[in-house]
Amino acid sequence: MSTVASSDSRGRVWLSALAGPGTAVDGTSTVLAADAPLGGEAARFIAVVPDPANRFPRARHGEVGLDEGWGLAAAVRAVIAADQDSARRPIVAVVDVTSQAYGRQEEMLGIHLACAAAADAYATARLAGHPVVALLVGKAMSGAFLAHGYQANRILALADDGVLVHAMGREAAARVTRRTVAELDRLGEQIPPMAYGIRAYAGLGLLHRLIEDVSAEAPGAADVERVRAELAAAVADIRASGDRDLSSRLTSPEARQGRPASIEVRRRLAEQWDAE
Amino acid sequence: MNAIATRNSFIELTARDRARALLDEGSFREILGPFDRLVSPWLPLQGIPTQSDDGVVLARGRIDGEPAVVAAIESAYQGGSMGEVAGAKIAGALERALADHERGIPTRPVILFETGGVRLQEANLGLAAIAEIQAGILALRPHVPVVGVISGMVGCFGGMSLAATLCSTLIVTRQARLGMNGPEVIEQEAGIEELDSSDRKLIWSLIGGEQRRAAGFVDALVADDAGAIAEAVRAAFAAGVTGTYRSAAVELYRARLAAIDPAAPPTPETLRELWGEESMS
Repeated sequence: MSTVASSDSRGRVWLSALAGPGTAVDGTSTVLAADAPLGGEAARFIAVVPDPANRFPRARHGEVGLDEGWGLAAAVRAVIAADQDSARRPIVAVVDVTSQAYGRQEEMLGIHLACAAAADAYATARLAGHPVVALLVGKAMSGAFLAHGYQANRILALADDGVLVHAMGREAAARVTRRTVAELDRLGEQIPPMAYGIRAYAGLGLLHRLIEDVSAEAPGAADVERVRAELAAAVADIRASGDRDLSSRLTSPEARQGRPASIEVRRRLAEQWDAE
Repeated sequence: MNAIATRNSFIELTARDRARALLDEGSFREILGPFDRLVSPWLPLQGIPTQSDDGVVLARGRIDGEPAVVAAIESAYQGGSMGEVAGAKIAGALERALADHERGIPTRPVILFETGGVRLQEANLGLAAIAEIQAGILALRPHVPVVGVISGMVGCFGGMSLAATLCSTLIVTRQARLGMNGPEVIEQEAGIEELDSSDRKLIWSLIGGEQRRAAGFVDALVADDAGAIAEAVRAAFAAGVTGTYRSAAVELYRARLAAIDPAAPPTPETLRELWGEESMS
């Protein structure tokens, strides 16, 4: 294992800090799962990490590729199967994913299905009563975030400049939209959904908690304890709400400010759905 | 039944007429239509014209006499991209359909995917809406088949390719393409030696409707004919909830992938033999 990869990956740093180094899901070198106590019960933590020797070359820098998508699905479904007849343990997705893998064989072999399988597994866990929490510690990009984290009951994030959420990586988006990265950043200041930074994202109402004053790169013991307490509180909040859907993303005060059109569409739908 | 002698291209129809073509005759009723003026709040800030339905047509009606909702994406507007309103219309419709099932009303949901994925001008709110669409499909799927159609010519890409593949039944034509990353984006990000996006024949051989059907990624390949597509949609509902989903076939696909050598990948032709239905015992 290269030291570059381990110093590089916030996913690995935070998985280790919260739950130990974990073990790679069978058949992958990049999907790590670890069990650790959280708020007095056992929880399963899952992270995707880079591997410069990944057998698929297009997934060597922390991307969610074919093995990663199906590996995530396997890791999550193992928890669902194990808890079928007992208390549904929390699942924490530790999110630091640069993008989905861009490649020719990825398309041919169905990376869309691999990522869908991961989303399916997380949603199935949520619907089965597992509290699912996503913890954003680095990049949460595009299809990779859809596969790993976006189906969680609650999304938490570290307030850090390296925590980024977007539909496309900065450089790629600049090339596709024929803008410079600086222009994109300026647009993001005017148009919150176009911003990459986590503070703008928090303003959209999709985050449950933004965790301030924690070192994202090199967390100390106190940082880790604070984050663990926030995760446990999120699990308690999920259980208390009884909700198994994503409706909390529409009901927060931030959502009413940040995405009122999403709420208005649903209000009018309710009015017109049955009307003749 | 209305026997149609001549072919009536589905691809050439607008989203509104596509929705109409799938619903029982005379039952079409548009909701959140143009008069509601639910437009993108974000495009005017960027000097981009809005459209009064934001590129998604929602229609209530009946399919084989049962209540239905069709969400049809209009690819002629912004490439069928998912902005906040467009995405919320689809997600919200799925949420209403679920609420119907929970009170005993067997509403049948159909989504017509013709989309490049997230609208980059509304980036994070498009992505969030796609996550909500996926959640909506997955919550509804145990109650009723969720039927997806990709007819072409835009195809279905980005996060919406995940949504399409989560549908209980996915119907395509030969003119459809289904992939996560568009060929241009792959060429740009990985280089022309990875994929030459101008090589149309290669692209269709990898992600075209016929290949997707032959390699087992979709459920039905039908002609570009409104009658044939409507028939395939009705058949999917008549089949009912099967409870088996490609996206839940984790062991099967992990075993299949483990047998692939990335240094010597199969050709699209070989993949048909390896993963197509003929390969299932």
